Amino acid sequence: MATITQSSKLGNVLWPALAWMVALIFFFPIFWLVFTSFKTDADAVKPEFLFSFTPTLENYANMTENYDYWRFAINSVITSSFATLFALAVGVPAAYAMAFDPSRHTKDILMWMLSTKMLPAAAVLYPMTFLTKNFLGIFDTHFLVILVLCLINLPIVIWMLFTYFKEIPKEIIEAGKMDGVSLWGEIKDILIPLAWGGIASTALLTFIFCWNEAYWTVRLTTVDAATLSKLIEGNRAPEGLFFGRLSAVSTAAVAPIIILGWFCQKQLVQGLTFGAVK
Amino acid sequence: MKSLLNSALGLALGVASATVAVADGHAKELTIAIVNNGHMINMQKVAEAYTEETGVKLNWVSLEEGVLREQVTSDTATGGGQYDIINIGMQEAPIWGAAGWIEPLNFGADYDVDDMLPAMRNGLSHDGTLYAAPFYGESSMVMYRKDLTDAAGVAIADNDSWDNVKAAAAAIHNPDAGVYGACLRGKPGWGDNMAFVTTVVNSFGGAWFDADFKPQLESDEWKAAINFYVDLLGDYGPPGSEGNSFNEILALYNEGKCGMWIDATIAASFLTQPGVAYAQSPNAGNPVGANWLWAWAMAVPAGSPNAAESQAFIEWATSKEYIKAVGNHPDFGWGKVPTGTRASTYAIPEFQAAAPFAAAEMAAIESAAPAATDIKPYVGVQFAAIPEFPEVGTAVAQEIAAALSGAKSVDEALAAAQEAANAIMSEAGYF
Repeated sequence: MATITQSSKLGNVLWPALAWMVALIFFFPIFWLVFTSFKTDADAVKPEFLFSFTPTLENYANMTENYDYWRFAINSVITSSFATLFALAVGVPAAYAMAFDPSRHTKDILMWMLSTKMLPAAAVLYPMTFLTKNFLGIFDTHFLVILVLCLINLPIVIWMLFTYFKEIPKEIIEAGKMDGVSLWGEIKDILIPLAWGGIASTALLTFIFCWNEAYWTVRLTTVDAATLSKLIEGNRAPEGLFFGRLSAVSTAAVAPIIILGWFCQKQLVQGLTFGAVK
Repeated sequence: MKSLLNSALGLALGVASATVAVADGHAKELTIAIVNNGHMINMQKVAEAYTEETGVKLNWVSLEEGVLREQVTSDTATGGGQYDIINIGMQEAPIWGAAGWIEPLNFGADYDVDDMLPAMRNGLSHDGTLYAAPFYGESSMVMYRKDLTDAAGVAIADNDSWDNVKAAAAAIHNPDAGVYGACLRGKPGWGDNMAFVTTVVNSFGGAWFDADFKPQLESDEWKAAINFYVDLLGDYGPPGSEGNSFNEILALYNEGKCGMWIDATIAASFLTQPGVAYAQSPNAGNPVGANWLWAWAMAVPAGSPNAAESQAFIEWATSKEYIKAVGNHPDFGWGKVPTGTRASTYAIPEFQAAAPFAAAEMAAIESAAPAATDIKPYVGVQFAAIPEFPEVGTAVAQEIAAALSGAKSVDEALAAAQEAANAIMSEAGYF
């Protein structure tokens, strides 16, 4: 009995300590990023100013004065929000059909959708650039960025929603049908209220993926639809150590998504661990 | 009837003025793709005066070097017109000029094109036509800590022999005190380790290709040069050198960890360690020294709808007046003017006072030899100005980094590099 108590006491100390350690390891890069953003470019690379330095807002001022941060930020908000909305608008009915009215090809379709994520993006860069610029004339538009962000995240959206919907007893939907509820009514009045948590966490994750997407947003935009990823990319320098200003730009780019994640962490954890214990 | 006529006239005038406004607005806005470095960032601020004076709005798209190349290449090759002005390097300018991807540049007499350093002008031209105007240029040189060489009783002379350089590196190498004898690029990439390695090979009398453009990577000169490079960096370089390029070494140097650094002349303007001295790049007794030549230049993509306005901006941004504008700008000053482009810059007393490296930089640029020779049948010092070079250079760079890290012997690495280069050149139809 004494042994059990001792080991549980040890566990009470060890596990939280381990959890704190892991949390600190994950948090440290963010902390260092924010910390460095308040140093000048010169101080950021000098060991003598590692912890002791005079904080400055010069990098943030430079970012708004010289780089028009707000234009990039507004573009990120617009493209990520609409891409998430459209992905859900397509994903919810698709996942509904596959979860409640599966055919013998449903699994194959799901696998095929997932397989599109295995295509290296660089493989279609040239055709995408040529088509969107020379043929469709939609290069560097919000429409194109929203379309691309929506399409590249659609497989994940459908997979996540499918997993959620599968947890809802089919009988509830069938009972609705028996009561004469229309198809739209089934989705709107039965499915969405029941799976609201899952849909919310899917939306959150999709928004984060859209916000963080860099490959396409950097390459399919110039000025008008350029997002924060492009702003960060433009601050990487091959000749010169501009770590202070790069840190400020990166901090300002990730801050909104970190704040959003902080407030919605419950839903995010729920979304990521859903079905894990079954 | 009169009212109908008035309405029609009003409508026509409205449409006409709207059309003029659209056309005018189109011509008054330029989109410029630039590489992100100090000089280019400063240009955005200095160019506010240009916008005020001309009314031309400038949209700056700042990109990392690799992404810039990728975007500009795909845009230019597809004739997409994404950019009005593009930043390109010396490797691309003559090739793209020959391919008709960029417009020839014609400036007025006031521009004084003869003031442009000949090496820069030649490197950015094809068949005597200038296709890109240099915004800033660089060569390479030895930057070292004179306090350490003096204390060790050694000296590094201009165009010293590689053996003397190695001896100096050995003398100042003191890893216990955190000081490494030689910091050199090791990170794989055609613009990273291969920029430096190619100059070493040049100085050993080697070349990338023979007259038939067959790769020469297993020649005696390449073997001698790479063995020397691997020994020098392996014995007297900082640990993990295969991950170091310009920025990493700059940070090490400014932390006082490098006794000597051979790299781009622009590095001199970033060095904060006191007591830095300069010497022209070493040589192994061959006519082509180990100093490279590079410029970031501005060009106009072919078929640009705003070609005239773009040329006008380039003419301003690469002029003597621009250099004076940076020198007199309250935020910048003479220590931050773009160098390596015009002879007149080096004659400005304020610049000479603010840039102690000026004379060494100009000497390095003037002595660089990019022209094709019997030994080196291609244009370019640290690269070959052929479209396939980035691919060949990147493949070889991986092998050289493998030799440096000890994963392969030098002979194994060069054999693998030769095989990769042969495959690329053969597929491209050279032989």
